[in-house]
Amino acid sequence: MSVDATTVKRIGRLARIRIEEHEVAGYQSEINSILGFIEQLSEVDVTGVEPMTSVSPMVLRRRDDVVSDGGYPEQIVANAPLAEDNFFMVPKVVE
Amino acid sequence: MLTDLTKLSLAAARKGLTDKSFTASELTGAYLGAIEAANPAINAYVAVTPEQAMDMAKDSDARLAKGQAGPLEGIPLGIKDLFSTKGVHTQAASHILDGFKPEYESTVTANLWRDGAVMLGKLNMDEFAMGSSNETSYYGPVISPFKAEGSNANLVPGGSSGGSAAAVAAWLCAGATATDTGGSIRQPAALTGTVGIKPTYGRCSRWGVVAFASSLDQAGPIARTVEDAALLMTSMSGFDPKDSTSVDMAVPDFAAAVERGVKGLTIGVPREYRMDGMPGEIEKLWTQGLEWLKAEGAVIKDISLPHTKYALPAYYIVAPAEASSNLARYDGVKFGLRVSGQDITDMYELTRAAGFGREVKRRIMIGTYVLSAGYFDAYYVKAQKVRTLIKKDFEDAFHGGVDAILTPATPSAAFGIGDETLAADPVAMYLQDVFTVTVNMAGLPGIAVPAGKDGKGLPLGLQLIGKPFDEETLFAAARVIEKSADMDFSPKRWW
Repeated sequence: MSVDATTVKRIGRLARIRIEEHEVAGYQSEINSILGFIEQLSEVDVTGVEPMTSVSPMVLRRRDDVVSDGGYPEQIVANAPLAEDNFFMVPKVVE
Repeated sequence: MLTDLTKLSLAAARKGLTDKSFTASELTGAYLGAIEAANPAINAYVAVTPEQAMDMAKDSDARLAKGQAGPLEGIPLGIKDLFSTKGVHTQAASHILDGFKPEYESTVTANLWRDGAVMLGKLNMDEFAMGSSNETSYYGPVISPFKAEGSNANLVPGGSSGGSAAAVAAWLCAGATATDTGGSIRQPAALTGTVGIKPTYGRCSRWGVVAFASSLDQAGPIARTVEDAALLMTSMSGFDPKDSTSVDMAVPDFAAAVERGVKGLTIGVPREYRMDGMPGEIEKLWTQGLEWLKAEGAVIKDISLPHTKYALPAYYIVAPAEASSNLARYDGVKFGLRVSGQDITDMYELTRAAGFGREVKRRIMIGTYVLSAGYFDAYYVKAQKVRTLIKKDFEDAFHGGVDAILTPATPSAAFGIGDETLAADPVAMYLQDVFTVTVNMAGLPGIAVPAGKDGKGLPLGLQLIGKPFDEETLFAAARVIEKSADMDFSPKRWW
């Protein structure tokens, strides 16, 4: 399988990465080179094989469903590029 | 100073400190001096924390004086920039985490400080651990302390833990933390004549380690000797309820296993690792390693791991897929870089375009594509099925009586900075991990140990792969190789 220029732009939008027009061809060729490499997996017969969900046979631990952490909003927003009153600030989302 | 304290192994430094031959402050001071002199040339550190280091060393001296020394008391370490360190530069060598100083400490580094270790600073790496040459770092490449005989050209230290490997090899720390998703501990260790171990998945907590591919990522040490690596591994390991994949089992005293030998062990030699066009010196090194193990009483057994060649292509589906999901959090809102736009989507897109480097963007895009509607089964589910087969190959070998597997660590010695063949084709660089990536796909432990040199005097490493949670056998077998090789793998100082 390979991707065309339209698909490269669509992937960029899905990934929320701005791809400029002059970058499209470069990404297209790099992605196609990688997809070409991946293509060899089609040789492998995986009939009846279960997909791996965990490398070790373990059940994911669950903690009790109680509040176990929190109460320090100022630390949560300490690294935010823009914060006010312990809220993250973003451009207007709802008109 | 009696001797250059930075040249001591971690084990010897530990002894010197408890014997009171020198103080932790003197040892830390010696390393800080070495970093100041070397870092402009080597670029191994992206942040040095001299005041914090001296404070920690002073505390260590107080504990040493009171006879309350921890297992790593006063040992100066470098920390890969991927580990969260409270109040200290943590950016995964990326522009998108500009200015990020975590409010918390990763479990692995917290374990090291609990045991008395001293932090010298944060080490350079490939951006978000994506690379095999340390050239994708926002902070520029790390320059290997090694040069080929008769050449002045700058070489790569390998990656992604290139800063860790270079700093250890160039005596800029007594040992370093590193991480390995597809070979990022073992490949740079092999290229710099150092020892690096990726433990079994679940042995070290991933809490507070910037995530790349969560089902593959594991932390581990890089050190100058097998014993040093074992000492660090013991402190770094352990159950952590904050990582749901951390395994609740006792941590052995790994250093106690180092001199155990290989008598009676069966060492597997997988025929599929004999790649077409393998350089003669790699082939020779591998044979030499087998002879050394045999001479110490191991039995050598030919084995087959039939799905080996599919590990790398499957990895380049699984790892980018998980990365595209993990790296979605870098959106210009919660931390790091923000580039303003006309609306929120515009801000996301511009921030991520400016903040991520080319290799990271390429992998996020591959991951986004293979997870997108209509392709999920053909790519991701297929790769996870192939992963099951890769793991079964190893299980069959171990059930057949094999205790550990010996392979080359890398397809070649270190290559040049800005290598044109590698730059032109992303897949060519990915092939650096051809011998290491199978181990991550199966969640097994793997160690790289220096074993010889190429025709130009550059270090070459061998890899040992073990059963789940049997790192002890790897330390024992690696020690046999280290002892048998009996070579000086330190670089000739040019910086």
